[in-house]
Amino acid sequence: MSSGSAMLRAGRACLATATALLGWHLVVLLTGAPSFILPGPLDVAQALGKNAALLVTQTGFSAVNLLQGLALGVVLGVATALNLALSPAARLFLRPVLIFAQAVPVFALAPVITLWLGYGAPSKIVMVALVTYFPIASAFFDGLMRLPPGLSDLAQTSGAGPLRQLIHLQVPNALPALASGLRLSAIYAPLAVVIGEWVGSSRGLGHLMLMANGRGQTDLMFASLMVLALLSLSLWALVEAVARRYLTR
Amino acid sequence: MTSPGIALQGAVHLNETILLPNLRLALAAGRWTVLLGPSGVGKTTLARLVAGLPTGAQLEGTMRADDGAPLDGRVAVMAQDDQLLPWSSALANVCIGSRLRGTRPDWTRARALLDAVGLLPLAERKPGRLSTGQRQRVALARTLYEDRPVVVLDEPFSALDPVTRYAMQDLAANLLTGRTVILITHDPQEAMRLAYAAFLIGGPDGASAVETPSSPAPRPADSPEIFAAQAVLLRRLTGATAPDTGIAA
Repeated sequence: MSSGSAMLRAGRACLATATALLGWHLVVLLTGAPSFILPGPLDVAQALGKNAALLVTQTGFSAVNLLQGLALGVVLGVATALNLALSPAARLFLRPVLIFAQAVPVFALAPVITLWLGYGAPSKIVMVALVTYFPIASAFFDGLMRLPPGLSDLAQTSGAGPLRQLIHLQVPNALPALASGLRLSAIYAPLAVVIGEWVGSSRGLGHLMLMANGRGQTDLMFASLMVLALLSLSLWALVEAVARRYLTR
Repeated sequence: MTSPGIALQGAVHLNETILLPNLRLALAAGRWTVLLGPSGVGKTTLARLVAGLPTGAQLEGTMRADDGAPLDGRVAVMAQDDQLLPWSSALANVCIGSRLRGTRPDWTRARALLDAVGLLPLAERKPGRLSTGQRQRVALARTLYEDRPVVVLDEPFSALDPVTRYAMQDLAANLLTGRTVILITHDPQEAMRLAYAAFLIGGPDGASAVETPSSPAPRPADSPEIFAAQAVLLRRLTGATAPDTGIAA
């Protein structure tokens, strides 16, 4: 892609953001909403500046838990998919369990997980891991099982065992599917960490949002929301970069 | 290498129905046998049975190599779908068999084979950046790398344009000399250029022999002998009755 079109895209993004901010400002002006109901963009910018140190620290807590949880979810999801692909017995017994487990809304488990693991980091990490695990396991497993028939013929006539067929044919063939699973996980992961923090935590962005809300500091609440959006976008960009670099053909 | 002849006798069943009754096929040792016939008649099923690949069909009868040894592991397959790994270079694709068996790839031989098919300059290219004809040449080099005495060619040239196809026929005929080759094709010219023996698959007899020219293959497509044989074959394939041309059919 040429730099000209990249600049054009950046320009369009700036224009869209500016328009949205202006619209927001106008809504506040025209409705005369008090700042504790709907703070304007300027109030939020001010809150961002005033609480910068606080926001950075709390975002740091959330981000670390998020990345740890995501890493755990990816490792477990990939391991599950490989295991299912290799073992027909595992497919027979584990898959129904997985499908049932997937039917349980993981967010609804947050109170139980907090009850078991406490208010600290482990409950947030487990929340994120649980939420990211299923999309990764199921997308990667589907990719592993979708080997073109010509390639499984090739494996058979070459005399490949199941393990080598997995390593040399199925895994490389499934990497784009794994990338799709990762992209989905990147969307769910920030949600999971915030919900985990809402249910029970003494730090993190979710905790900060609850506190600000409770004290009527709506501007700080909105500032946290902005930072959360930025965190989600950065995670998405990171996953996208990893997927493009390593998981495409 | 001494390539075995293969004798196939019996009926091929697909589920409850008989796909090919009364089959009696002799594949001459170290020669090209061409299988012709309408689509869906069971040519590919037959070739896959020889290659030991899953077909869903059973052979009620016998299939044996005339040297008494089992055919397992002695058959290489090249299909219309080139079966190349899109994520590997042409060179890595040629020696994929080694990696699938867990042995060290013989890069020198792989390079020599790519050279033999005229693709050494493109050794590092991935299949996505090769033309259909070039991909089939890589597939031919991979088939040769396997160095099997029996080679199944399932319409390998049918997706190529006529000029490329002609060149590929010459190349394959020369490089596969001395091996027992089963070629499935719909192209009368291809059949008559390359066949040592040819069979029309289908009908109450399962398979019936087709007269082939006696000169050594690959035969030039523009010789009167090929024109005549081609015309006779085309008539048999289309079910038309042959007028008396003075050529034995």
